[in-house]
Amino acid sequence: MSIKVRYFASLKENLGRSEDELTFTRLLTAHEVWNCANPGKPLPGNSLVAINMDYVELDNLVKDGDEVAFFPPVTGG
Amino acid sequence: MTIKISTQAFDPFHEVQSYQSTRLDNLGAIGATSIFIGTMRDFNENAAVKGMTLEYYPGMTEKQLEEIVIQAQCQWQLIDSLIIHRVGNILPHESIVLVAVWSSHRGDAFDANRYLMEALKSKAPFWKKELLITDQERWVASNTNGYKQKS
Repeated sequence: MSIKVRYFASLKENLGRSEDELTFTRLLTAHEVWNCANPGKPLPGNSLVAINMDYVELDNLVKDGDEVAFFPPVTGG
Repeated sequence: MTIKISTQAFDPFHEVQSYQSTRLDNLGAIGATSIFIGTMRDFNENAAVKGMTLEYYPGMTEKQLEEIVIQAQCQWQLIDSLIIHRVGNILPHESIVLVAVWSSHRGDAFDANRYLMEALKSKAPFWKKELLITDQERWVASNTNGYKQKS
């Protein structure tokens, strides 16, 4: 299954890229997706995660075709 | 409900007036309009700031704002609401955000506007990066709770 991963703000800057296209053969949680995409780089503890533009918990499963996004706390307004 | 993400500077007072005169058709029902305008300061956390870049997540930002407005519509009697949020490069004195709420009564207008603004601050995916007067750049780490009592 293929998954699009997106990064924003300071996370994007620190990783040096804004997205990944990944292919997996089994179901993964959002947290596992991060670990596969960024080996050796723990997800910062205050990060937020969204699947298909809705907030989810890190242990939510990611399905084929999903867009998973990781980003720091929001600071708009 | 109207939600706009603006890459250009906007005049919030003009936007409110224009929206009310062109987009609202039941003017007789309006008894209260509550307006919040967030403006960029030239200081933050003990530093002078000369500019700011606002990043957002196209698609998710609009979706989250729509959900926030729908929640407000469930809790208060609203005639209409307008949210405009700036993105891109911003200078001090420019407007960052406009939240306007039209209702028949002030309680609904005041309370819904406050809810919308606080929910936007905690849920809408926007991120500020400040450019200090020293040319140093820094990300704003988190938003404060607007309801917190001042000590």
